[in-house]
Amino acid sequence: MLVNRKLILAHFWLAFAAFGVALALGAWQMFIRSPLGVWLANPELYYRSLTAHGTVMGYVFPTLVAMGFGYAISESALQQRLVGARWAWTGFWMIVVGAVMAMIPVALGRASVLYTFYPPLIGNVFYYIGVVLVVVGSWIWVALMSINLRVWKKANPGAPVPLAMFANVAGSYLWAWTAVGAALELLLQIIPVSVGLKATIDAGLARVFFSWTLHAIVYFWLMPTYIAYYTIVPRAIGGRIYSDTMARISFILFLVVAMPIGMHHTFADPQVGAGFKFIHSAFTALVALPTLLTVFTICASVEIAARLRGGRGLFGWITALPWDNPMLLALAFSFVMLGFGGAGGLINMSYQLDASIHNTQWITGHFHLIFGGAIVIMYFAIAYDLWPHLTGRALADLGMVRTQLWLWFIGMMVTTFPWHWVGILGMPRRMAYFDFGDPAIAPQALSVTFSAIGGFILLTSGILFLVILARGMRSPVTDAGDYQFSLAVHQPATMPIALNSHALWVALMIGLTITNYGYPIMTLALTEGTSVPAVYVGAQ
Amino acid sequence: MSAHELFSFRNPHFKAGVGITVALFILTALVGFIVLPFAQPWIEFSSVWEAICSAAGVPQRAATTAPASTHRLSNVVLTSSTLTRPSQESIGRGATLAQRCAICHGPTGISRADSPNLAGQYAAVIYKQLLDFRSGARTNAVMSPFAVNLTDQEIADISAYYAYLPRLPAYHPTPQLPKPNIVIYGAPIRGIAPCGSCHGSLDNKTGSPWLEGQSEVYLKAQLIAFATGERRNDISQQMRNIARAMTPQEIDAAAAYYASQPPDIVKAVD
Repeated sequence: MLVNRKLILAHFWLAFAAFGVALALGAWQMFIRSPLGVWLANPELYYRSLTAHGTVMGYVFPTLVAMGFGYAISESALQQRLVGARWAWTGFWMIVVGAVMAMIPVALGRASVLYTFYPPLIGNVFYYIGVVLVVVGSWIWVALMSINLRVWKKANPGAPVPLAMFANVAGSYLWAWTAVGAALELLLQIIPVSVGLKATIDAGLARVFFSWTLHAIVYFWLMPTYIAYYTIVPRAIGGRIYSDTMARISFILFLVVAMPIGMHHTFADPQVGAGFKFIHSAFTALVALPTLLTVFTICASVEIAARLRGGRGLFGWITALPWDNPMLLALAFSFVMLGFGGAGGLINMSYQLDASIHNTQWITGHFHLIFGGAIVIMYFAIAYDLWPHLTGRALADLGMVRTQLWLWFIGMMVTTFPWHWVGILGMPRRMAYFDFGDPAIAPQALSVTFSAIGGFILLTSGILFLVILARGMRSPVTDAGDYQFSLAVHQPATMPIALNSHALWVALMIGLTITNYGYPIMTLALTEGTSVPAVYVGAQ
Repeated sequence: MSAHELFSFRNPHFKAGVGITVALFILTALVGFIVLPFAQPWIEFSSVWEAICSAAGVPQRAATTAPASTHRLSNVVLTSSTLTRPSQESIGRGATLAQRCAICHGPTGISRADSPNLAGQYAAVIYKQLLDFRSGARTNAVMSPFAVNLTDQEIADISAYYAYLPRLPAYHPTPQLPKPNIVIYGAPIRGIAPCGSCHGSLDNKTGSPWLEGQSEVYLKAQLIAFATGERRNDISQQMRNIARAMTPQEIDAAAAYYASQPPDIVKAVD
């Protein structure tokens, strides 16, 4: 039951349009910093582009996908018209206004601070206010998801919450809490300096606040992908979820341990004690657990589909899978990229191993593989799966869809593997150009060239994706029927309250945030003399 | 089941969830705050409490005695809003005080003696250099005696006055040269940022002067002084690190380029 289709489509279209622009910027950046391009006479242009790319890809694009998908889940999983649709539109328009407001100073070169803000670098205040508007707009979505679930619970007392909605609300709570770190940094520290009320800023404290947001935000980006793994893929390939309970436990674990781990981003920072770094490192290791549970459950679910299709043997069933089905293709690609990206992540979270790759291109490779690869390819899959239900028109050309997914997968591998390699060789990230003519780094030129070619393969795939969706708006009208989610092998009839509600897990998430962040933040905030003069972008 | 029953030790999920989380936190805290600090043989702790404080990052009081230095260091703090809104009175007082500077820096702030042109220079730049000359962080046989008796207010006034003057062409203008690589690209592999990323052309950073139309001899002399360590009032050795890594050809190219530029092309963001 999808009633507010226009609302959902608006979210998706804005998300993908912004994604297209940011993708083109990304490909340009890869080109000009490779040996193929001529050095930029004004490196500031590179940082301008990098800021726009990061801000759109980090804040605007995934947030809109999560929101659009969330509204679709709320209506179709709960079989209930969205409560507060007008508020949802308000949130959407706040994001539109926020994104435009943030991008104007970036385009003018007044906010080249990268999406991670980097105080004491301070940009134009409208950039920060724009980002705040995007976040506040998404908080409306968080509230609406909670309210809709409450309304449904009241109408269906004691019934198990559908898995898709349970996970969706878990994702929204994770986002609500993780965004608080960056919000505190912006409202208490950066914006007062940006408007001129203060001329100094505690950059160390700001980095700790940002690490609060920076890692858990990845799990917020990941949520729609994991929801698609569990509730779309098994249905799309004719299988069933191996275990509904295992799925819920995975989402609960994400909610609890995804949050208090961000300090592994500050391993090289002196203002955080080593003990807290160790705790964060240990909890980061734990967050691999829900991913391993998911990989196990989804492989088992896929095996069920294969065996139902007549697959036999220990591994023989793999050949019985519907490999021409885009959902399966996307899942397989996603898992491969998640595997490599996850292995790299285990290196980043280890204090000693991190030292050798900290702030190198390895990191860029890692998060593009996880986010751009494993996560975004499932965003494509979600869009393909939902599109006929949103537009009432079929996506006719599955061959084109498969080509697009292949290109994305190949492009991401070609882009990120050389990045990892040059990172190990020590190439720093966030540089506008490199002197490949120097014998010290000349051997890296070939890898970087490959990487740039990968960027253009990705751009091709991204354009193809937009073409497929646009063509889907004009194909003949069909009735796609009700939008359905996967069923479990054993559909739950009753559910213990702890696995049917979020309160306990949200409480644990907040509790761990206090234990793992409370002391470092408090000390930094109370210690005198830790602020440094702000550096205003473009000011003299 | 109500919320009351959810948050109850009779609920097995509550017991397991809270129990495992607390146990994990205690375990990781024990390892991180006690086991690992003591596992570092190169650090000695007098007590467990000291190890815990060290691992928690409790701020330690820095040594009260500064390391001995044979040279005075610059202690000027600049922000991008330093002296940005001078009063008319300040500029007027500065004009009077600046008469004593005219013999080298020219009556209109344009030098005929290979001293820096000051007309239209950023106030923060002149302010910092005068303070450094006064404190001895920067020394010059001619300049130091002029600076030594100036008050803070006089230094601010002189800075405001020169910043107020229009940017005039240099006294001996040469034909405009094309931008050399060192100015627009720097030398990335040697850690040299482009000159233009701080000194105009591309961007300006607080405390960095614009250089267009300055004397070639002066620019070259300063770069060499930075490279040899003769001049050392740059904060955190910013200019010394750059000048040391520059080749003599790059020093010549940068000095000649900036000397040949008309000052009206200074990227004016102010």
